Amino acid sequence: MADISLSGAAQTVDNIQSTYMAQVQRRRLYGGLNLLIFIILMVSGFNIADDRNAGGFWDGLHQIGDYPADVLSEAWEKRADLPALIAKYFPALVETVNIAAVSTLIGAIGGLFLSLLGTRGLAKWPRLIPLFRRISDIMRAVPEIVIALVLIFVLGGGPVPAMIAIAIHTAGSLGKMFSEVAENADLKPVDGLVSTGATWSQRMLLGVVPQVAPNYVSYALLRFEINIRASAILGFVGAGGLGYELRNSMAWGPGRFDEAAAIFILLFGTIVFFDQVSSRYRNRLTEGQGQ
Amino acid sequence: MTAIDLDATKFQAEKLFQRKRIIGYGIPAVIALYFVYIFFAFDLPGLAQRANMDNAMTLASDSWSHKVHVTRDNRSGEITYAVEGERKGRYPEGQRPDWVTGNEVITIDLGGDHVVRYLPDNRTEIEIPGFQLIEVQAEGRSLTTNLPDDLPDWISASIRRIGITTPEGRITLTGARTEVFNYFPGWELFWFTLDSPYHGQGLGTLLFGERLDPTRLNISGAISDWWNNAMWRHKDVAWAIGETILMAFLGTMGAAIIALPLAFLAAKRFSPVMLLRAATRRLFDFVRGVDALIWTVVLARAFGPGPLTGALAILITDTGTFGKIFSEALENVDQKQIEGVSSTGAKPLQRYRFGVIPQVVPVLLAQILYFLESNTRSATIIGAITGGGIGLMLTQAIQTQKDWEEVAYYIVLIIAMVMIMDWFSGWLRGKLIGRKD
Repeated sequence: MADISLSGAAQTVDNIQSTYMAQVQRRRLYGGLNLLIFIILMVSGFNIADDRNAGGFWDGLHQIGDYPADVLSEAWEKRADLPALIAKYFPALVETVNIAAVSTLIGAIGGLFLSLLGTRGLAKWPRLIPLFRRISDIMRAVPEIVIALVLIFVLGGGPVPAMIAIAIHTAGSLGKMFSEVAENADLKPVDGLVSTGATWSQRMLLGVVPQVAPNYVSYALLRFEINIRASAILGFVGAGGLGYELRNSMAWGPGRFDEAAAIFILLFGTIVFFDQVSSRYRNRLTEGQGQ
Repeated sequence: MTAIDLDATKFQAEKLFQRKRIIGYGIPAVIALYFVYIFFAFDLPGLAQRANMDNAMTLASDSWSHKVHVTRDNRSGEITYAVEGERKGRYPEGQRPDWVTGNEVITIDLGGDHVVRYLPDNRTEIEIPGFQLIEVQAEGRSLTTNLPDDLPDWISASIRRIGITTPEGRITLTGARTEVFNYFPGWELFWFTLDSPYHGQGLGTLLFGERLDPTRLNISGAISDWWNNAMWRHKDVAWAIGETILMAFLGTMGAAIIALPLAFLAAKRFSPVMLLRAATRRLFDFVRGVDALIWTVVLARAFGPGPLTGALAILITDTGTFGKIFSEALENVDQKQIEGVSSTGAKPLQRYRFGVIPQVVPVLLAQILYFLESNTRSATIIGAITGGGIGLMLTQAIQTQKDWEEVAYYIVLIIAMVMIMDWFSGWLRGKLIGRKD
């Protein structure tokens, strides 16, 4: 009897071991297949991209340094003019930062409404929650350049098209992030306010906003960093600011590289500066929450 | 004692309220002031003059409608019929729209009793209800008309050029040629151009009908004619979208592959050498700070326009971002699992593989997939700068300022592309690391 049970136990161990090994093997096979598919996708994708590019990857690789070297050497020769050029392009920088700031503000206000109206338990019209969610999905999906180009055609070049384009995208993406935060908000203050007969806007302003404000501000700051980059890029397609000046100075080619260098320096400095400032404040905001 | 305490507390509470009140009114006031500053800095009052409402009207009407041009060359007398006035949209010899009749006298019925007649000897008659019969004679480079001196605002006339805009269509006359534009709703020739035998055939005919082109099966012929449609260029558009997604894919995945080992160097726990750690971190900050715009500009010089340049620009910028995120994730791994793995006698590489990687993979994958979606949008913009993908087609279509239906088509496709990528990355995330919600 004992003998039989012992051999039975041994068999189950064997069984368990073999099924476990089979499982591991199967998982390895799937993992390997996935890896293989991924590698094939990467390699063939690279080859297609290389084929469709004007210049090949291997030819271009050793030329990467040429343009920066040209720009730097010319800028170095004319280094005495550099401070004057930086001063000259400073207003353009201010415009780029202004575009980012205004569109972040407008987008954050829009995102606030979209998120409150699109969150279960907080919405003013619960039936319309899917509508507001779809609106914010669509606003998020439209790349800034699409709206900017269309608006440039209608409104003419300048900061306003870029501002509107970035604000729309910001409202959509902040709307999504905000509503994820708002979903976790404590509803007790809201219930308390309901009992005092508060209106919807009072409930939101006094019951929900104080709870979510640190996270909202933190997300808005992150978005501001992203929007500075976006506003510089949109300038390149004609929407004013630093990007526009960069395109103009690049169109001149050699001889104006000192201007391009000045703009590069300004842009790099601004992005790093605002990244540092915003990440410091974001850390403080999220740390303050934990305490 | 308690009275003093109460007074002090009350005083403190009042001060707190006062401060809160100042903040409560101060922040909105500062924001309002900033908006006022922006109002003037961005010259919003001047915007009304700069804005071109005619452009807005063209855009709004052209994006969902098309026009057919009936053009008479006043030198040769030849009459051409073409959709959007393009060579690719021209009606084949001997064919013309059914609202045009007559041989000697060409009668163009714009609808709503608006009729234009091309008479011999370069004469034109235009009938518009509620207005006199307009007669125009083109001679050399000038026009003689019977138009009165005071004209309604929908007619502009000079000795060289007359333009008439009616709700039914537009007519322009110059010495060299007379042209009528008739507007129709919908995107013209979206499926087949006029030279294709399948133009104007129903789906039933295409699937089950007689062979329209004896050399090809209906269905394969129709697909190939649609695919090679010269007007809408479906093939090029599909390639362009493919290029854009390819840029995002190559850029994101390449960045992740490069950033992962570098992130180990930047994480305090895995990289004991301070100098190396600091250097890696500064490298991440640098490539992130330079920004995709400058990378695109620099790389376009080396590699020329195309998807590879865009992919590399995304790759370099995101290496910095991923490096930062990954190294933060690596700092936060749980030591216990690594200890457990090393207690079995695992070597360092195995410790990383079984102790660290399983912990960070969910975070990394979530980030990578999120960036894949967001980079699809970036790739559209970068494509517009470096010259590749759907972004380039969109900018070109907008810059030529005439094919607004194509612009609308591209915009719809771009939004659909981003939404599908969003859905796809969410789906893949759910498959790979389990759904959070």
